[in-house]
Amino acid sequence: MKSISVNNITKKFGEVTALNNISLDVEDGEIFGLIGPDGAGKTTLIRILTTLILPDSGNASVTGLDVVKNYKKLRGLVGYMPGKFSLYLDLTVEENMKLFATIFGTTIKENYELVKDIYSQIEPFKNRQAGQLSGGMKQKLALSCALIHKPKVLFLDEPTTGVDPVSRKELWDMLKKLKKEGITIFVSTAYMDEASLCDRVALIQLGKILEIDPVDKIISNFSKQLISLTSDNTHKLINDLKQYPLTHNVYPFGDSVHYIEDCKEINREELIKFLMSRNTINLKISDRKPDIEDCFIDLMGKADGK
Amino acid sequence: MRKFYGFVIKEFLHIFRDKRTLIILFGMPVVQILLFGFAITNEIKDANIAILDLSKDATTQKITNKILSSKYFLLYQNLNTYDEIEKVFRTGKIKEVVIFEQKFEEQMKKTGKANVQIIVDAADPNTGNTILNYTTAIINNFVREYNPTSNIPYFIDIQSRLRYNPELKGVFLFVPGLIAIILMLVSAMMSSISLTKEKETGTMEVLLVSPVKPAQVIIAKVIPYSLLSFINAVTILLLGKFVFGVPIVGNLPFLLSEVILFILTSLSLGIFISTVTSSQQVALMISLVGLMLPTILLSGFIYPIENMPLFLQIISNILPARWFLIILRDVMLKGSDITYVWKETLILFGFLLFFIGLSVKNYKVRL
Amino acid sequence: MENKVNSGSTDAPVCASNDKSINKVDLKGTDEGVCATDNNFVCVVENLTKKFGSFTAVDSISFSVKKGEIFGFLGANGAGKTTAMKILCGLSKPTSGKVMVAGYDVYKDAEKIKKNIGYMSQKFSLYEDLTVLENISLFSGIYGLTDKQIKEKSEYLVNKLELEKVKNTLLKSLPLGWKQKLAFSVAIIHDPDIVFLDEPTGGVDPITRRQFWELIYEAADRGVTVFVTTHYMDESEYCNRVSMMTAGKIAALGTPAELKKEYKAKNMDEVFVKIARG
Repeated sequence: MKSISVNNITKKFGEVTALNNISLDVEDGEIFGLIGPDGAGKTTLIRILTTLILPDSGNASVTGLDVVKNYKKLRGLVGYMPGKFSLYLDLTVEENMKLFATIFGTTIKENYELVKDIYSQIEPFKNRQAGQLSGGMKQKLALSCALIHKPKVLFLDEPTTGVDPVSRKELWDMLKKLKKEGITIFVSTAYMDEASLCDRVALIQLGKILEIDPVDKIISNFSKQLISLTSDNTHKLINDLKQYPLTHNVYPFGDSVHYIEDCKEINREELIKFLMSRNTINLKISDRKPDIEDCFIDLMGKADGK
Repeated sequence: MRKFYGFVIKEFLHIFRDKRTLIILFGMPVVQILLFGFAITNEIKDANIAILDLSKDATTQKITNKILSSKYFLLYQNLNTYDEIEKVFRTGKIKEVVIFEQKFEEQMKKTGKANVQIIVDAADPNTGNTILNYTTAIINNFVREYNPTSNIPYFIDIQSRLRYNPELKGVFLFVPGLIAIILMLVSAMMSSISLTKEKETGTMEVLLVSPVKPAQVIIAKVIPYSLLSFINAVTILLLGKFVFGVPIVGNLPFLLSEVILFILTSLSLGIFISTVTSSQQVALMISLVGLMLPTILLSGFIYPIENMPLFLQIISNILPARWFLIILRDVMLKGSDITYVWKETLILFGFLLFFIGLSVKNYKVRL
Repeated sequence: MENKVNSGSTDAPVCASNDKSINKVDLKGTDEGVCATDNNFVCVVENLTKKFGSFTAVDSISFSVKKGEIFGFLGANGAGKTTAMKILCGLSKPTSGKVMVAGYDVYKDAEKIKKNIGYMSQKFSLYEDLTVLENISLFSGIYGLTDKQIKEKSEYLVNKLELEKVKNTLLKSLPLGWKQKLAFSVAIIHDPDIVFLDEPTGGVDPITRRQFWELIYEAADRGVTVFVTTHYMDESEYCNRVSMMTAGKIAALGTPAELKKEYKAKNMDEVFVKIARG
């Protein structure tokens, strides 16, 4: 039995199709990432899986329970951390924890081991009102409250958006630890680099799934040629390359430029000749394995019919 | 200058593109004018009175006719004995009793003087006073007409008594009304905001994905507010009694249980409002415009319902505060017990069940 | 766009211009000859401190930003970034220290600063219930453009951002990426000396993000200095220089290449983590 099973789910809001015939499966104990930008449909899918909204068509089940028919039972079994901080700002850290423990019929003590790693970081502030915590601490509190009843499946909707890189890293370290407890984790994010921290990812854009696979498989599926270039003037380099006739795609990538050609092998000499004719200074070319972001950009382009 | 102009245009655009603002801008004044215009009147019209005619002669008949043929008074009941006066007042259906002494005409012709007693229900001092004045004026008019040329002036001695509020204290009118208004304010407004706040801040989302039952959430919110409202009510009663001298004639525990009933009814109304909207602002608006304003104007708090046009009277019927006000005044000022206010109590109870039923039905288990 | 190498955590600005026709602004108590009219520096900050009661949000930071530079202003939430940015925009007064932006002293001429800068944040950019054209028109008017200029700019922008089909659509119906690109263009519609961007690309898809940065590059080429904060560490690589704030202080300042070398990191993400962890 799959931990999460989604079959042909479609959801529209008025004229906008938020989810377009989505299907996916998640295994027990997997960290499954739903990766895509704003408006891709991530929040909608998570809300359907947590029984908060009804799909227009299709069905889905979590731990074998149908999200529509068995919603009442399901609501006691899952942990949910919504995109916006949704705890009581005027209750203290401890009061929030106690409340959620009580709601789920447990106590903080009972499952303390599970949340210890996270909760111990905010425990020194347990008498501070939640509204006065920093962004990173709020996320830790929200995660603790979502875990306090030891759910079988944990849904996290963009837990790292707007959070600084250090807190992001800490959060993902915690998620990896949770995996060891056998909790299935379904997490959505707009940060591509977090994809590699998941067991498998589904790339989603504008309501459609582009690909579902472990990250290394997605990368090996990348069918084009990619090289990385640097020069003294990145902007100029990009503009020049855009005018090169063989270019399939070119864009900045961190401190370098990624150049993609749809062919078996790139003719580097021709390329260098071209760039030199444009007075490129300090040109360096290096091999690079495509990054998950490269794959996403490529798949997005395919979806748009390029 | 161009900057400023640009800003002005922008503000116009914002307003016209926001339906809510438009409703407030144009809808509210119209409603208010209608309400205020029709409701605010201190005149009396079709006030029910009872007549105890111990003489039943031609003169009393004439006077009675004169009173009743004016547009101000309607005959509710003809009484036969003094004992019936107390009873008929208790029903709350009449505002005044006019008593003609025995052998009225005879007395007039023999001594040139006869007695009329007027007892007015002054729980509402404004109307009480007006009714008294009108009645007195009509009777005095009669005296003038009856004997315009006679040398011996006939004289009708009018003794008046203002029941329930002999000093015509406005406070007696006010305090019960205040209790109703304040209870409705705290209960309905606060409970309506409470649920919508959860929806707005997003905590409702988390609550839904948990084993918590809707009924638990609702009741948990109702309890603190009902306690607070109750304390409020007791405070006002005490202040009214000890600072302003407003009596609590009726049974105190009974009064308090009626208060609790009204609190619960207002709370259920508030909860119902919160199931209808997910915005605190809208909830507040509905509570203010939809509840507060009509309640103040149409519940009989200040302006008597009998004086209002029919359609406003009908609206008045659907306001819980209107019925509660009757209960309050009757119990506080007249000492009525359940036998007199059972109808109003039942109506309140009906409201309570109705709003709770609607709330439970409307409570969204999903976003 | 040059990649100039600067090391250390403070820049000593050099006053190169003696042109008396330009308004010389005398910065408070300066004896170092910091010349606000220097064409090279659009923003000069020296020992800027901001306290809220006993809490020190910004603790004596110093840096300068050159004209046409893309300057990345990084730091964790609560490190003091937003507070510092507000001061630079003329929205808040420092507790102490010298701040010059676009040639104006932040103590004396905060209003003039506001006229000469552009600003865009994730929280607010444009009015959702106005159309594309209405937004352009409104903000151009606010920035003091003439009617003729507004018309020209509107046409130019609509064309460039490919918004021809939606120019009369309410902003709230547009996808986030389009809104962000338009917001940025509007923020620099009056060709300010410097534009402040507060996390402008949050949540946007990778392609649109890059398109956004193309716009930034173009603006920088035109001489508009770009001061940007972001949580996307790969975007910090697009900057000429980057500063990182922790606990109110600037912990590092330099080009991305320098910082990666100094902290022996593969990418800026690692640099950030190493600095934040202390």
